[in-house]
Amino acid sequence: MASRSLRVLAVASGGGHWVQLLRLRPALRGAEVTWASVDRGSAGDVAPDRFVRVPDANRDRKLAVVRSALKVLWTLLRVRPDVVLTTGAAPGLLAVRLARLVGARTLFLDSVANADELSYSARLAQGHADAVWTQWPHLAQPPHVHFHGAVL
Amino acid sequence: MILVTVGTQLPFDRLVHTVDHWAAAAGRTDVLAQIGAGRAPSRLRWVRSLAPDVFREQLEKASLVVAHAGVGVTLSALRAGRPVILLPRRAELGEHRSEHQVATARRLAAWPGVRVCDDVEALLSALDAPPAPPPAGVLSDAAPAPMLEAVRSFVFATEAA
Repeated sequence: MASRSLRVLAVASGGGHWVQLLRLRPALRGAEVTWASVDRGSAGDVAPDRFVRVPDANRDRKLAVVRSALKVLWTLLRVRPDVVLTTGAAPGLLAVRLARLVGARTLFLDSVANADELSYSARLAQGHADAVWTQWPHLAQPPHVHFHGAVL
Repeated sequence: MILVTVGTQLPFDRLVHTVDHWAAAAGRTDVLAQIGAGRAPSRLRWVRSLAPDVFREQLEKASLVVAHAGVGVTLSALRAGRPVILLPRRAELGEHRSEHQVATARRLAAWPGVRVCDDVEALLSALDAPPAPPPAGVLSDAAPAPMLEAVRSFVFATEAA
């Protein structure tokens, strides 16, 4: 059973999403992690781990969503992760929605910036992700959305 | 050098133009403002956006960062040992869809080197007397232990047989 290490795909869009994902890195110790984000320059943050660039997307740019989805799908098929971990936004949502194709378990951790309500991405991840977590206790709605602390 | 940044998505004229007026009055010519989709300032050196590597380069040169209450910029500035002045975007002023930056700012204010301003007057005082740089290593690279443990148990949970 334990003959290979657990494979994780850790994915986030840029800026604060990526910075928050990086802060979870120690939780992945012992796993074989592939990182994915929208800025090529982010590869240096995770070397020597594998880094894949995925196009960013948002709900207003349909073509970008398709492009991002294709790259995310290709990455999932190549990496065959056991677990997908994301801090949002669009590429993370796409990874969560497509992860079922490779049988990966999925965790969507909503950004700490979403203090008033869950992000649009997190809401769309519900029902698809195995777990959706908020970083604000007052936004938890068990059993659908849980609070387990914050990255700050 | 002072680096002003408001993120790439939305304009934040209240911040940019307050710094613009302050810099003119204070005779500061060493300000670079990243203004997103906002109205161009009259005197500051400005750009619409900064690529991540250029942002890091400018951050190295800066002695002070003035920004919206963004998580990314604040953590980057602290890691680089630069003090940060934050002005949260206000939904009631049409600067964002919700007041979430106010709550985020409150959380970010817990770190030394971060000053959160409630309004333009507070921003002007902070510019006159900026916070001291954060002590080296103030920001650990990792989330607090309980968060890491929760993520770790999810990731490494053995599937039910």
